[in-house]
Formats: sequence, structure tokens, C-alpha cells
Amino acid sequence: MKAPDFDYERPADLPGALDLLARHGAEASLIAGGQSLLTLLNFRLAAPELLIDIGRLAALKQLVETDRHIEIGGLLRHCDLAASPLIARALPLLHQAIGHIAHPAVRHRGTIGGSLAMADPAAELAACCLALDGQFSLLSTRGQRWVAAGDFFQGIYATALAPDEILTAVRLPKGEPGGISIFDEVARRRGDFALAGLAFAATPQAGGLKGVRLALLGVADRPILARDTMALLESGPLNQARVEQAAARIVGEVDPPEDPAYPPAYRRHLVGVLLRRTLQRVLMAFSA
Amino acid sequence: MTIGAEVPRDRAKRLLSGRGRYVDDINLPRMLHLALVRSPHAHARIGAIDRADALALPGIVAVLTAADLETAVSSWRAAHKLFPGMAAPEQSALARDVVRWQGEAVAAVLGESRAVAEDGAERVSVDWRELPAVMDANQALAPEAAVLHGDMANNLAFAAEITAGDAEAAFRAAAHVAEEHFRFHRHSGVSLEPRGIIAEFEPGESRLTVHQSHQTPHQQQDLYARLLGLPEHKVRVICPDVGGAFGLKHHLMADELVACAAARLLCRPVKYIADRLESFLSDVHCRDHEVHARMAFSPTGEILALQVDDLFNAGAYGQYPRSSIAEGNQIIRLTGAPYRHANYQANLRMAFLNKSILGHIRSVGHPIACAVAERLIDLGASRLGLDPIAVRRRNYLNEADFPTTSVGGVEFENLSFTACLDKALEIIDVAQFRQEQAELRTRNVHRGIGVATFVELTAIGPEYYGEGGQHISAQETCLLRLEASGAVRCYTGATDQGQGIDTGIQQVVAGVLGVPLSEVEVISGDSALCPMGGGSWGSRGAALAGEAALRAAATLRQNILAIAASLLQKNATELTIEQGMVVDIATTYAHMAVSEISRIGHFQPYSIPGDVTADLTVVERYATRGRLFLAGNGVQIAIVEVDVDTGIVRPLRHLVVHDCGRILNPLLVREQIRGGAVQGIGAALYEELRYDPAGQLLTGSFADYLVPMAGEMPDIEVAHIETPTETSVLGAKGAGEAGTAGAVGAILNAVNDAISPFAASIAEVPITPARLLRALGRF
Ligand SMILES: Cc1cc2nc3c(=O)[nH]c(=O)nc-3n(C[C@H](O)[C@H](O)[C@H](O)COP(=O)(O)OP(=O)(O)OC[C@H]3O[C@@H](n4cnc5c(N)ncnc54)[C@H](O)[C@@H]3O)c2cc1C
Repeated sequence: MKAPDFDYERPADLPGALDLLARHGAEASLIAGGQSLLTLLNFRLAAPELLIDIGRLAALKQLVETDRHIEIGGLLRHCDLAASPLIARALPLLHQAIGHIAHPAVRHRGTIGGSLAMADPAAELAACCLALDGQFSLLSTRGQRWVAAGDFFQGIYATALAPDEILTAVRLPKGEPGGISIFDEVARRRGDFALAGLAFAATPQAGGLKGVRLALLGVADRPILARDTMALLESGPLNQARVEQAAARIVGEVDPPEDPAYPPAYRRHLVGVLLRRTLQRVLMAFSA
Repeated sequence: MTIGAEVPRDRAKRLLSGRGRYVDDINLPRMLHLALVRSPHAHARIGAIDRADALALPGIVAVLTAADLETAVSSWRAAHKLFPGMAAPEQSALARDVVRWQGEAVAAVLGESRAVAEDGAERVSVDWRELPAVMDANQALAPEAAVLHGDMANNLAFAAEITAGDAEAAFRAAAHVAEEHFRFHRHSGVSLEPRGIIAEFEPGESRLTVHQSHQTPHQQQDLYARLLGLPEHKVRVICPDVGGAFGLKHHLMADELVACAAARLLCRPVKYIADRLESFLSDVHCRDHEVHARMAFSPTGEILALQVDDLFNAGAYGQYPRSSIAEGNQIIRLTGAPYRHANYQANLRMAFLNKSILGHIRSVGHPIACAVAERLIDLGASRLGLDPIAVRRRNYLNEADFPTTSVGGVEFENLSFTACLDKALEIIDVAQFRQEQAELRTRNVHRGIGVATFVELTAIGPEYYGEGGQHISAQETCLLRLEASGAVRCYTGATDQGQGIDTGIQQVVAGVLGVPLSEVEVISGDSALCPMGGGSWGSRGAALAGEAALRAAATLRQNILAIAASLLQKNATELTIEQGMVVDIATTYAHMAVSEISRIGHFQPYSIPGDVTADLTVVERYATRGRLFLAGNGVQIAIVEVDVDTGIVRPLRHLVVHDCGRILNPLLVREQIRGGAVQGIGAALYEELRYDPAGQLLTGSFADYLVPMAGEMPDIEVAHIETPTETSVLGAKGAGEAGTAGAVGAILNAVNDAISPFAASIAEVPITPARLLRALGRF
């Protein structure tokens, strides 16, 4: 379990990194925290000729608040986000989710850019970005483009990133005042990738919900939006009957892949449980 | 008194500060690194092996196949003479002709670094002809099954039966019969440090020196000498710091033998360190049993009869040199052992199939034997409307029964089931728990409590393997050297793989001699330096090597006092040694220091009369006689919470009350119990080696093979009852199996108790969320 031989470069700045990528593209691989990449290398599932270590790129370590958005640099680590009062205040969904990612040692190296680029179907941050309708900045010597989370994730470990692009930042809309954010998941052990999870955001309105966003992780080849269930939840007041209806709806809406240890029916069931628990919390908040 | 004191492990500080010296920390000049070409198939015929591409790679020194090793190392068969009917197919260091599990090695690539060796291994191409994979013991024994070994008619490796009384008649007459079909899935020991070896061969002297992460240096010395055809005294096996072993490291592993053979052929040191994937693929595994069992009860809850049918598998071969039979054998011998019952019928079948070899991992067979009986008792009690704890109590073997030989044929000297249960119930208030349980259930919170009583077979003496024809469980010998300064060097055949037996032995020697602990240094894990011994496994260190140390210390003490008496013109019986001083018993006057005696003994021996036994280096030995094991015992109580919506089980409380006889060091014993219980909880809830139907391992990393982690573990409470064995002066039994032995049964019962309102039950471990929800009919 030793990585195949590779060359290593650590550019000092963003243009240097983009230049290396432009020249080496498909033969190169960026390395950020290394928490996913090193496993791939050691299992010899990836064999890039060149590793471009972007750890020194200060431009990717910014956390910026604008009127309506928070922009998170691609190199910010899970622990940076967990410790940020700004994230806790403006992006409570993300704040909750980070507590479920791995263990402190991994959180001190793993980055948001790495997590999103890796596109593990059970990654918490990916689901949160989808729920919040985030936009990702993809930069190359060819220029910058913004890609919506919904278009970015294209399958298991597959994204819209071109070989010469760097994910430099994530732009997420700030939560509405009075908005509800709930992240929940089921994992075998604390810190494990989730068997199923849910990122929920909505704004209360006259006993019901509007702007419902409901992203699921761990139940498909990528994070997905439960659109039917979202619509159902916006269609009237929230009460026990609607909770049950929604839980039934979401179970029908997902089609998890075959897995001998966790059969699709089990994951489907979990999604229903998670949604029911989430909506119970919303109801409790309503009645409080 | 030093014996019985809470002394931290002597190695702990060094290991915790990162200064351990494990095999992989050792680098020898001109050393080569070994990577193995492993079979991607569970069962396949080996065609041509093409190594040209690998050999063309810079840094690759050699690529060896089975044929190349033939002159360097012989093959073996894992036979055991106590089980004469057991099939023992021939196994070789690298597979010849046929591979029989995914991961079996077919070629050895030697390179200047492990990375280069792996590059080489990728470039070796093998012409595989796939054969049908046999992955389940039932399937293996079916008439149409592909047969693994050409010299066998079918895949049945061994069958055995135990009959006592008339079980059938008792079942017919019984008021109630509890019956269950259990499945205990395959897992392993999973030491933090994987297997590793450096083999160095000096052709000028025909000398093989091995550094290996192992529990039994003398066993390995003997095996390497015989399999490589070298004089035994030219083979030296050194076990440096060992990062966990759990029985995984007391076997002969084919991979390590390849390293020895390669070192011999190439005359360069060869290092092989198993990586984690290789560990999961090719380590010794354990469990993988299917047990059908019934227990017959009288209306008042007396156990009338027990019937056990165990079907398991050895994997592809028998494990050498111990064979793979012990797990099944322990199950049929130990199931129901804590209880008085006269009618017993047990059957065992062991199959060969296409998985890695099954061997002896911590608490061999015990967790299954315990879980089966304990679950049946709970099932029976619930059907009869009796309190399961009361049913246990009424059936326990007690004072009046001992000594006794169980219906399974195991000798019990004196066990303390009732005392352990009493103590457990002092610590956990079951009535209060029941009240909370009922109240919480109304809020959809489901907690359960599970009790498990276990017997623990420890201190495996020479008879079991001696009669089996293997050179494994030697008598224990301890050599003590009183150095000129008065300090003592102690050489033992026990080995320390993190459990701290060095410290336990140090306490025995210091305690018996009467010198401060700091004056005793224990040296272990070197087959050339240390007296022949059986190493540490089967919870034998404290009981056997401890007793040998006690005897050696008593002899050295006697000699020191004899010298002192002659110098002081006193009678030796008037003197004792305390804190390193020779003291007058009557007056407590300190006459002289032990260091003074050692100085005189070594450098002025002429001042000691010739008729005084003045040996300052002494050797004593200890071997049990007429007894295969020393049995310890205990009770575990687990409290768990089951999320009946997600299937996740959370252990809330775990208590072990344990009797290992005389305790050398409560800190060490508690560590053993806690670590063992965590491994048992791991087996109950998490650990499982899963294969697909074609024999591909699905759990090749820690992402898929789940070990218990601190975050999920409850604080494991430990309490002791001390019933010393009278077979030795020291009175210690072993403590290494106990935690693991009872945890599966306790958790299984606790989970079933938690889900009892749903009229559901589960008998398959690990209890995964999907299995549990299926049992609950949730999906
Ligand atoms: C034991 C363990 C448990 C874990 N548990 C979880 C978990 O529960 N939930 C979870 O979400 N994650 C988990 N992870 C993964 C963790 O979150 C990683 O940090 C993350 O997946 C990758 O981030 P990284 O910075 O380490 O990326 P790296 O490993 O350095 O890179 C990963 C991939 O992303 C690419 N990449 C990295 N940065 C960029 C960028 N800025 N632009 C474009 N491409 C880039 C790399 O080229 C590579 O292909 C776990 C990891 C471990 C080791």
C-alpha cells in the first residue's frame, strides 16, 4: 500500500498553480488536505504523475461576508469552518453538518474544496451546498466560471471540474432571518460517512413552510434534492398528517444503490426516519 | 507488598512518547523489501507466471515463485494428534498450482524499497483459471460442492461429538425447550501494528536471525529451524516491541516464511510488513460459526438438557502449527459450562472453504459458547415467566460442586459464579433499571439489560499441544541474575505485546525477593537470550511464567540469605529481605544490603564457605501437570439503548465482574478486561469480514471493517472476586480472555431485552442496524 512514484510541486501562488495545471492537466492531481487523495494513491486507485500541492495558496483561504452571501475559500479546512462565528451565525446548516465530518485529526487537514471536488455521495458539505443552492467558482488559465451545486455533482466521485480547473471558492446565500436549518444523519459510529443524511432549510410561513430545501446524502450516486417532498411541504400547513405524508413521499422518492451490507430498502427507511425526526423538530419549534 | 500493587506498565511511558521500536522501525544494511503478488480470486488454478516486466524494473532484485522456494523451505500440514481424524492438507509458503483464498500469495517480489516492490508486484502477470468459490460452510459440505483439496473426498475437515446422559429423553420430558439458530460472523484480531518481520541469513554460519512482531519467539525458532532445515541453535527470533497481538501473532504465517526463505536464497536481509489490506485479506481470522442449540427446562427453570450443533470452517487450510480446531472444540466443550446439567449432546463439523485461514484469536470459541447458552437461558426464562437472573442463580455450579469436570469435559477447580453475580448486582440495580426501562418505553426509548456468565480457559499448559505433537506450549523457565550492583535481571519465556506481563513478572520477582521494583529488569522476547518458554497467549503469562518467576525468586532469595547467614554467623531462618536489605526477623535490624552480598558473592567468593549454595544466577521452571487449562470465570452485565427506527445500538453501561485468582497488578488486569470487553463489543456490534458470493473480500479497509472506537464505548466497570488457584503458589489464573468471552452474550441479551416489546428477536452478530431493523420488521 505505497503510492506509485510521482513528482511534487508546491506553487507559491494561484497563477503558479493554474499554470502547472494548464501544462499538466490530466496527468496531474491537486492535493489539498490529502485526506481522500492519499488513500486513493496508496490503494493505487489513482496514479498521477504530478501532485500539485495547493496548501500555500493564500488566495484560497479567505472567508468573506457580503450583503447576501458568504464566500468560503476552497482551502478552508473543516476545523476552520467549525470554529468560525460567522459560519455559525450565517450558515447554521453548515455549522451543524461539520460536526458530523470524520474526527478532529481529519477535520484539521481536510478542506471544503477537497471535499467538494472529491464528490463522495455521502459527504456532508456537498449536501449542504446543494441544499443552500451554492455556487462554486472554478478557475483555470482559461478563466473563471460559476457552477451551481446542482450541476457540479455528476455521479460518484464525478464533478464538473475540468482537469485544469481549481475550485477556488464556494458562494452560499446567507440564511434568512427566522429560517430553520437542520442537519441530521445516521452513521454507524461517530465520524463515519453517513448511511443516510439530510440537509434541510426552510422559512416558516403561516403555520407552514416556504423556500423548503431538502438535500439527501448517502442515498444516491451524488447528493440529491428531494423535489417532490419539498413541493409537498410547501403545499400547506405543517401538521402530523403532513409529516407522515412527507415521510412516505420521500421514501418513494429515493432509489439507493445496491449494497450488501445496507440494502436499498434500509436506506430508504432511514430517509423516512430522518425526515420525520426533522419535521418533528420543526413542529416543536412552531409550538414553542 | 509488590505483588498485587497498582504499578503502571514499565513500557507505557516509552511507547506513549513515540519511542517504541517495532519491527518496521528497524532497518538493516542491504535490506530488501518484500511485496507479495496475491491472488485476486478466491479459488483458481495458477497457470504461467510472467515476471519479465517486473524484473526489468530498476530496483527489483528478484521475483520468486513456489518452485524457487522449494529448496529453501518445506511445506507443512496442520495436524493435531489429539484430533486424529482431522484433515490436514499440505500448505506451502507460496501457493503451488492452486490458490484457495483471495489474497493467497503466489509470488514474492523483492525490491530496494517497498514501493518499488509493489511496482514490481503490479507487473507480475499470472495466468489464472478460475475455479468455483466455496464461501459458506453449508455450501462446502453439500454433495455437489467443489472440493478444495485434491487428496480429500469432500470439504469436511473434522467432525466430533460429545454425549453425556440422555439429552433426547430429557428434551422429550421437558416443560419447555428454548431453541435458537445463531450466526456469528467472521472477524479478526486487528492489532494496531500489523504483522511484520525482518529475516537475515548469514550463509557463512548458516545463521538465521529474525526480528518479528510475534508472541512466541521459541515456537518460531523451532518452526523456522525445521521448515528451513537449519540447526535450531543457529536460528534466533527476536520480538521487539509488539503493537498488539490478540492471538493473531502466535501462528506461523506463510508470508513471513516467504521472507525467511527469500533472505536465505538472496543472502540479504528481507523486510516484510503487512499493510492493512493484506492484513484483512490474509491474517488469521476467527469465529464464522453457525450454531443451532436447544435447552430444556423444568417448569421451575432447572436446566435439564442442552444440545449444540456447531458448523464452522477452517478457511482454506488448517492453521499451522496449532490447527484450526480449537474454536469449535471450545464451543462444544464450554457451552453451558457454568451450569449444572447432566444431559448434553454436542456436534461439531469443520469445513474447508475459500477464505483466509481461521485460527486462534483472543478468547477462542468462548464468546460463542457463552452467547449461545446465555441467550437460551433468557429465552427459556421469558417463556416460563421466570426472572432470568434467578434462573441463572438456580443452575450455577456452586461451592458444593467443585472440583468437578463439566459435561463438556473441562476440569473446574473452584469457580465463583454466585459470588460474581452477587457483586454484579450490588453494582447494577436491576430493579431500578427495570423501572426506568418501563418509563422510557412509554417515550419510545428502548433500553435493555443483558447478563452473561462465562467460564474462561486460561493458562494453557504443555499437555494440550504436547499430546498434540506440537512444540508450542513449553514449560516455563525463569532465569535470574543477581548483578554485581545487587540489581536483578530476569529472563522469561513470556512475551510482552502491550499487555504488560513484563511488569507483572517484575512485581513477582521483586515481591518474592524483597527488593524494590526498580531493582528488577525483565528481559523477554528473544529466543537466544531467554530460556525456552511458550510465550504469551491463552492467558498463560501470569499463571505459568509468573509461577516460574516466583520459584526462581524464591531460590535466589534462599541463596542470598544463605550467604548472609554464613557471613553474619546466623541461621538463615532468622533473616529476611526487605527493601533490598537483609533484615533480622526478630529485631528488624537491617544487617546488610543485598548489593553487599552480590558484591561479595561475585568478587570475594572465597569469603563464603564452600558448602553454602552461593549461586547468584538461578533457574527454575514450572509446568502444570494433569490439567490442560486453569479455568477462571465471571459475569458481565450490559445495558444498551436501541434506536428502533435506525437500528443503531448504543452501549450505555458495561460491567465485568471477574475472577482470575490472585491478581498481580489490578491496573494490568483492568486493562485486560476493558480491552477484552471492547473487542467483545466490537464483535457484537461492528466487526465483520464480509465476502461477496465469488469470494471477494468487501471489507478491506477500516472504512468498511468497523472496529469499536472510543466515542461509542461505555465506561467499562470492572470488579473482582479473588479465588486463587491452589495448583500453584502464586495462585494466579489468566485474565486475557474474560472481557471478550462474555461481552457478545451480554450485548446480545441486552439488545433482545430492549426489543422484547416488539416480539422480535435477533441471533446474528454483529448486530448491524440493517439486521436489527429486519428482525424488527421495519423494512
Ligand atoms: C477517516 C476519514 C473519515 C472521513 N469521514 C468523512 C465524513 O464523515 N464526511 C466527509 O464529508 N468526509 C469525510 N472524510 C473526507 C474528508 O472530509 C476529506 O477531507 C475530504 O474528502 C477531502 O478533502 P482534502 O482537502 O483532504 O482533499 P484531498 O484529499 O487533498 O483531495 C481530494 C480530491 O480533491 C481534489 N481537490 C482538492 N482540492 C481541490 C480544489 N481546491 N479544487 C479542485 N480539486 C481539488 C484533489 O485533486 C483530489 O482529487 C473522511 C476522511 C477520512 C480520512
